[in-house]
This record gives sequence, structure tokens and C-alpha cells, in this order.
Amino acid sequence: MRLALRELLRRPGRFVAATAVLTAVAVLLMFLGALLDGLLSASTGAYRAQRADVIVYSADAGASLPRSRITADVRSAIDAAPGVAETGGLGSVQLGARPEPEPDRRDLIATALIGYELAPSGLPDQPPPPGEVIADDSIEQEGVTIGDVLLLGPARTPVTVTGFVRDTQYSGQATLWASLDTWREVAGANRPAQALGDGTVQAVVVRTDGDPTELAGAIEAAADNRVEALTLADAIDELPGVSQQRSTFNQIIGVTAVVAMVVVALFFTLITVERTGLYGVLKAIGASSRTLFLGVAAQAAVLALVATALGVVASLALAAVIPPGSIPFQVTPSRLVTSGALMLAAAVIGCVFSLRRVLRIDPAAAIGGSP
Amino acid sequence: MTPPRSDGDAPVLDMSGVRKEYTVGEQQIVALADATLTIDHDEIVALIGPSGSGKTTLCSIAGGLLTPTDGTVEFAGRDISGLSARELTEFRRTSVGFVFQSVNLVPFLTARENLLVVDELGGRRRGDRAAARRRADELLGELGLGDRAENLPAGLSGGERQRVAIGRALMNQPRLVLFDEPTSALDSTTGDQVVKLIRDELKARETSAIIVTHDQRITHYADRVVRIEDGRVDNEPVSDDTPPEVAGGERA
Repeated sequence: MRLALRELLRRPGRFVAATAVLTAVAVLLMFLGALLDGLLSASTGAYRAQRADVIVYSADAGASLPRSRITADVRSAIDAAPGVAETGGLGSVQLGARPEPEPDRRDLIATALIGYELAPSGLPDQPPPPGEVIADDSIEQEGVTIGDVLLLGPARTPVTVTGFVRDTQYSGQATLWASLDTWREVAGANRPAQALGDGTVQAVVVRTDGDPTELAGAIEAAADNRVEALTLADAIDELPGVSQQRSTFNQIIGVTAVVAMVVVALFFTLITVERTGLYGVLKAIGASSRTLFLGVAAQAAVLALVATALGVVASLALAAVIPPGSIPFQVTPSRLVTSGALMLAAAVIGCVFSLRRVLRIDPAAAIGGSP
Repeated sequence: MTPPRSDGDAPVLDMSGVRKEYTVGEQQIVALADATLTIDHDEIVALIGPSGSGKTTLCSIAGGLLTPTDGTVEFAGRDISGLSARELTEFRRTSVGFVFQSVNLVPFLTARENLLVVDELGGRRRGDRAAARRRADELLGELGLGDRAENLPAGLSGGERQRVAIGRALMNQPRLVLFDEPTSALDSTTGDQVVKLIRDELKARETSAIIVTHDQRITHYADRVVRIEDGRVDNEPVSDDTPPEVAGGERA
């Protein structure tokens, strides 16, 4: 081991190429991870902010907020279900917004106005008064500031931005948090065909002190299966694109990790072949295969860690350089740690391929060539 | 310098009826037919014989690099012919020294570190490191390499490298050192110095040795010359002063 680490220090040149490739792979791994995290966080913010355990949609909505309708009598059935601590109605409408000073602006700001009763985190318990909204701060990139009036949808319904809240995007759109009344008014004005009666909401969020999965079952039973109740985590997975994005990216990340493994496997197999003579001599003077292989593994691990460290630096640099809002790119510590662990695992598994060669080296070959 | 040995009368090496066969494809090759050889304490034996005679195989079995197909090998009274690969590794690490034909130092380690490798391979206790370092410096000094301890092999001459290799072989205080053509890569002057050094170092430590060689100079320095031919050891003493015949046989 000591020998192997000393080789790294004394002959760094031999390892530069492999480290460079591994660094590129690590950067790719972290970049993909950051993209996935960015995409997911932009799709799911509005749900992640919910301080609720269960979300209830109508049974025929397919867990889609815009398609769901919960009428007042269903709502009272939900309220009466055993285990329910608190409920709140939720209603959404996705509309293009124009800042008031430029009513003819062509590129509309994509927004989702969400009316709430049960305050998500970062929002006041009492929803804003009629005509006022608290906006997701991603809208600031569009130049919107507190006090600005936004004209929503074809009806150009005005709402005033009175505050900002962090990390509450919905399907990549900036959310505008409002009272259910404001939501009904805006939705009714812009989507008259889908106007909902008073007391009807799109979904109901539920808090419980018990087990969310049990509660979901209890609610469905209490509402005669006219609803579909999902735990918050399940509801997030059901958001449009979330599970698809996750599985697609995870597959690419998996393939990338395999590439790292192949790089390590090839490089260290090559280096082991190159060291056959030296390993033969070392075995002859008393080195075990275990000692030699641990040396190879230690070198692979160091390379992976160096590549990871460089990858982290590159990712942070990218995060600093990429203008906010241009691409969904979110560097999180947990993603960096996961990527490092993946690199390390790939390196260790990769160098196992040279184990067979190390084992096969015959110490007797050190003497007089071959026996 | 070396403490007196206390294992009674057992010779350092006692090989009897040793046979080694290889299977190469369909063919059975007998590398060693029936080798019997005893090496006494503090005895230097030169092993000569034509290529393919089994010198290397004999040497490899004596040093625990190979196990015999048949026969017994006793090292200081201990039978090593049936040891597992793991036990043989331990045996080589602790009991024998090797000096190989070609330069085989670890290229990225200094002369001193090349000696210390032997020490590092063992599961060594912390406090022993300083002792090992002292021992390495002492050996390098004796080998005339006192001022070369910090040099990498690439910065040493061929003779110096071979001297480092000798130092490495002596590092674990072995009972027996096996030399595989130690001078074949050296010019005659350097070779002569190295041979003298080998004898001095071995005699100073009362260490036994088998030296596989074509080199006449070594047969002069050896206590005994043993011929091997067609896998059989000729234990009739070969007189030190018949090198022309020896040399003639060698060149064949």
C-alpha cells in the first residue's frame, strides 16, 4: 500500500491521463446530477413546499392537479375521515403573465397561480387578500419586483405581487400564491369554460398526526372511492415528467458510472501488465497477492478521489458561471457526495478486473525468466 | 553481527529425491529428475550446468518459489515441500534472500527505500521502522553505497544497482541467499568486485548461499561447486581448480 501510494507521489505523470479521463467522467456525473436536481426542483417545488402528508385528487383525475375536482360534499367526507388533523383546498391555473408596464409584451412569463388554504412553508398562514399574490422568486429574473402588477392570461386579470417565496416552482413555472377566492376569480375570468362553483377546489391537502399511507386509505374509503389519495412523496413522483426525468437521468448516470469503471479497469489492467516483472520480483521477496492488489485498489481509489475533488471544483465553477434561470442546474452537497461515492465504487469495482492478473503472476518467473 | 544459529545440526537446506515436472500442453517436461543437495551452515555453493539443466528449477524450489512434484525439501529442519502458497510467501519473506539476474529494483524508490521494501512487506510494528532504517543504512555502508542511499536506481551504475539488490536480499537476515546469475549483466571488473563483495558479506554473516552461475570467478569464491545436468545433481565434488572444464561445459 505504502509502495503504491509512493508511486503515485513519485510518478504522478503516469496517472495524469487516467485521472484526466476520470475527472471528465466525474464532471459529467455531477453535471447530469445537477441538471436532474435542477429539473426536479423546478417541477416539484410547489409540492415540496406543502406542509401536508397526503394530497387528495378526484378519482378520475389521474393524480393531475388541473384535471381534478373536489366538490364540497366530497370535501366534507374527507374532513370526516379518521386520522385527519387539518385540510386545505388547493386550486391552480396556469397562465401567461405580463408585467403591467408592458401589457403588449410578447414573451409571456409562464406562471401557475395557486390558491391555498393551508399555508405551504414560506407563505403566510392567512392567504394574501383578494387581488394580491406572493410570487416564487424565480420570477425576479423576469424583472418583477415587489409591488409590480401582473396581468394574467387573455383576460389580463391584474394581481399585485406583495412578496416572494423561495423554491416553489411548479412544472418549471413560477408560482403565484393566492387565496382560493383570488384563484376562482382569475380562473373564472380566463378559463370560463372550466369555471368551478364556490366550494369546489381541485385538490385537498391533508395533515395527519398518524401514518400518511394509512390516512390515504382511510380517506379513499371515507369518500366512497370518489377520490385518489396519495402521500406527498407519491404525489411528487406523479407530477408530470418527474419519474420520467428521474429514470432517464439515472440511467445516463448509471452508464456514466460504468464508463468510469471501464476506464479504471482498462488503465489498471494495463498498468498491472506493465508491472508483471516488478510484481514477480516483489512476490519472490515475500509480497502477497493481497498486498499487491490492495496497492492497486489504493491507487484506483486515490485517482477516483482526485477526480471527484476536481469534479466538485468544476461543478461549483459551472454553477457560478451558468446564469440563473438559463438552465435548471442545481449543485447540492448530497449530489456531490453521491457522485463521489459512485466514482469510488466504480474505481474499486474497476480495479477488481486486474485482480486476476495480480493473482496469476508467478513469483517463480522472477528467477531465470520462465521456469 | 549475526547471532549464532541455534538449530542444532540441521543443515540450512536439505533436498532429497526432489523431482519437478511441468505439463506443457500434452507434454510432460521433467525439469528436475532426482535432485539431492545439502547446503551447510555458512556454505557458499556455486551451481553450474548447461541451460535447461534444471539449475533455475532447483534454485526456485530451494527458495520456496516452487513446490516439488516429489521429494522432500527441508529448510533448517523444517519441511517446506508441502507449504501452501501463502505459507511459502511468508517463508520467502522471512527466511531467504534473492538476487536476480536482471536489475529488478523498484524504479521509483531510492536505494534505501528499496531495502526497506522488504521490511514494509511484513506486518511490521511501528517501533521497528527506525531499526529497519538503521539496518538498511548499515548494509548500504558495507556495500559501499553509503553516499548513494538517496539515489533512484536510474541514477546508479549497473554494479551499484546489483549491490543494492544484494543489500535487499540481506535485509531480512536470511539463512540462505539465492543468486541467479548475479554478474551476468556486469562487465568483468564490476563483476569481480560484486563477487568479492558477495563472499565478504555472506561470510561476515555466516549466511549460506546458492549461486547459479556461468561465471568462473564465482566458482573460485565458492566453497563448493555443484554440477547439474539433465535434472540430476552431481554431488561428486568439483575441484575449484578445474574451471576450464566447467567453463567449457557451460558455454555449450
